[in-house]
Amino acid sequence: MVKNAKLEQPAPYMNPLLAGILLGMVLLATFIVTGHGLGATGFTTRFTAWVGMYIAPVATNANDYLGGMVEEGKPLNAWITWQVIGVALGALLSAFLAKRIHIQLDGKKFLGGAKRPITALSGGMLAGFGARVAAGCTSGLGLSGAAVLSLAGFAFLATFFATGLVVSRFFKEGK
Amino acid sequence: MSEIISGLILGAAFGFVLERAGFGNPNKLTGQFRLTDWSVFKVMFTAIVFAAVGLLILEKLGLVDAGSLFVPPAFLGAAALGGALVGAGFAIGGYCPGTSVVGLMSGRIDAAIFLIGLLLGTVLFAGIYPSIGLLTTLGEFAQGDSLPEALNISALSVDVGMVIAAIGLFMLGSWMEKKSKGPVSSQV
Repeated sequence: MVKNAKLEQPAPYMNPLLAGILLGMVLLATFIVTGHGLGATGFTTRFTAWVGMYIAPVATNANDYLGGMVEEGKPLNAWITWQVIGVALGALLSAFLAKRIHIQLDGKKFLGGAKRPITALSGGMLAGFGARVAAGCTSGLGLSGAAVLSLAGFAFLATFFATGLVVSRFFKEGK
Repeated sequence: MSEIISGLILGAAFGFVLERAGFGNPNKLTGQFRLTDWSVFKVMFTAIVFAAVGLLILEKLGLVDAGSLFVPPAFLGAAALGGALVGAGFAIGGYCPGTSVVGLMSGRIDAAIFLIGLLLGTVLFAGIYPSIGLLTTLGEFAQGDSLPEALNISALSVDVGMVIAAIGLFMLGSWMEKKSKGPVSSQV
């Protein structure tokens, strides 16, 4: 958007108020069309069941939590699957247009330096486990749940931010 | 078929806006917890307030049936415990589940690792589900699932309160951003 002479300079991020209004419009449209909000871990849970169906079919079928999803043989057959594929495509398009696609191991500065792969993996595990306990993640329960003024959504957001604030104190900023 | 199209379109809009806001960048996302970049609060609260007020208006106009909207059940202990774990995972890993997809699509290897962790965490949960299943229904609040029901006030009052809180949050956030190095930019 700036000058073509300035090669490969990524576009700046959007103003948060504008991004918030646009996100609110998408969320509102989702409620109108589907009756529920946006999500993410609904898909990753189904994806886990789907992978399990091929790697460990007996154990997955017998599992109390995932078994129900593989019963009909199509755990990925749900709206949330298409929504997450959409998220990936939309994010790819936006990053491409803004020249922000850059293959890298990001986050080393604030999240563990050389141990960044470990912080990424353990953070993912905690989030994956926690989202199953709460039956939702930041999008599904925090964002969408708060938009319908649900107590569960507000409870999730309160402890989510409080814990994040405390835990991030343990990280020292690198160079 | 229409389910596929609506999922793809709404999802694509969701992913596009998240990336525009800088939410594929773990430095920006965790800046909220370091209180140097308030974009996460600003974007999320604006979206929540916009959707909440929008739903209220559409309900009053009779265009949306409030009873047909999904309101998550009030297992408040489960929501709080899960929220704490996801918050810790966010602070350590740099993403939440949805934003890790955005990070991956902008080429971030750490986001791919986070997603693998997400699947492992789900496997771990499913593996020990028989002994910890109780956690998912912890602390049920019986009087209602929503804030207006619990406090016995109108949705309008809650919305007004949230608008005021959001304005306060923007002012506090912008002030703290000025005191620190400011929001994380896409341009290094």
